[in-house]
Amino acid sequence: MKKEWPLWEVFIRGQHGLNHRHVGSLHAPDAEMAIKNARDVYTRRNEGVSIWVVESKHITASSPSERGPLFEPSNDKVYRHPTFFDIPDEVGHM
Amino acid sequence: MYAQMVKSTGEGVKDLKEMSPEERAFQERIDRGEKIEPKEWMPEGYRKTLIRQIGQHAHSEIVGQLPEGNWITRAPTLERKAILLAKVQDEAGHGLYLYCAAETLGVSRDELLEKLHSGNMKYSSIFNYPTLTWADIGAIGWLVDGAAIMNQVPLQRTSYGPYSRAMIRICKEESFHQRQGYDIMMKMAKGTPEQKEMAQDALNRFWYPSLMMFGPSDKDSVHSAQSMAWKIKINTNDELRQKFVDQTVPQAEYLGLTIPDENLAWNEEKGGYDFSEPDWSEFYEVLKGNGPCNKERLGARVKAWEDGAWFREGLMAHAEKQSAAKLAAE
Repeated sequence: MKKEWPLWEVFIRGQHGLNHRHVGSLHAPDAEMAIKNARDVYTRRNEGVSIWVVESKHITASSPSERGPLFEPSNDKVYRHPTFFDIPDEVGHM
Repeated sequence: MYAQMVKSTGEGVKDLKEMSPEERAFQERIDRGEKIEPKEWMPEGYRKTLIRQIGQHAHSEIVGQLPEGNWITRAPTLERKAILLAKVQDEAGHGLYLYCAAETLGVSRDELLEKLHSGNMKYSSIFNYPTLTWADIGAIGWLVDGAAIMNQVPLQRTSYGPYSRAMIRICKEESFHQRQGYDIMMKMAKGTPEQKEMAQDALNRFWYPSLMMFGPSDKDSVHSAQSMAWKIKINTNDELRQKFVDQTVPQAEYLGLTIPDENLAWNEEKGGYDFSEPDWSEFYEVLKGNGPCNKERLGARVKAWEDGAWFREGLMAHAEKQSAAKLAAE
């Protein structure tokens, strides 16, 4: 029985000080090879200073159908944004 | 293009009123310019058409390494060799980005490769032509990658998120490919009479196959109409071909080379060149498997896959053993 190499999700830190960001996925037999392959597939032009890989099956994602219940509650809380408050010009920068 | 004659549902575009509520909501999201993401609801036809299109595109990137690989060991200088190696490696990368995008639609990598190897899925007709001289490497970068860019730039705006993101990455890298090709052509065209002759010969042989890459006119195709409604195809084949010719003619003039088409003429009225159609019967023959290199290309792919089986299985067995040993030690 032939077995496909598992799928890994790849996250790259583009520069010092930035978060790792998802860039794509690839197949590899184990984590070490996944990092090596990620180096070749996703950083051929200095795109990264650090790589994370995680097997895709370990990622839990929110479901598209839950988008409403998950994210809508924050829509009506405009007071969380600083622009909600009018501060008179005389007060200066705040 | 890298994906030619991709069939969609074949039923043509439904009116919004005829659609089910789900389909209508889906189409309205696309019309608003929203991206569709892997786990979201999508019509079965959309999913299947995208698998065909992205899969064919991925196969083209992978098979496209073969004609160029032919010249890696025979590149005229060490610098040209290093550049060509980097380009061919990019093509492998492009294939991998695209396979991953296709896999988000629920098809496995092995299934896609099996379909390529058995001839059930195609790759672009262009890669069934031989690379006879070094100038062909220049012509491929200039013309073939140039034609690919014409199609890929608009596809960055395609409706399917993973495909769009793969296209954005690919387009960033593709410009290097075209420029390195043109750079080879400049060197040859300004070289000895024999070198210029070689450059002209490469242009002569690759011109019409490059025009074929866009596929036959699809202005009346129901498949294309549906793909355009779904925004997985952005322009008609004729639009892209015209744009390619208009862009390429001045580039050939700069090189002092002649496009092998006596009907080529500027048309003031349409603001573009008039040009001859390629021989479409040749195109269909190549698609059927009767091009100059079809057997060689597919043969090389199948051989690489079969010869690598022990290696893929070996690494998997090693990984499983390591992980079992690690578990036992814990």
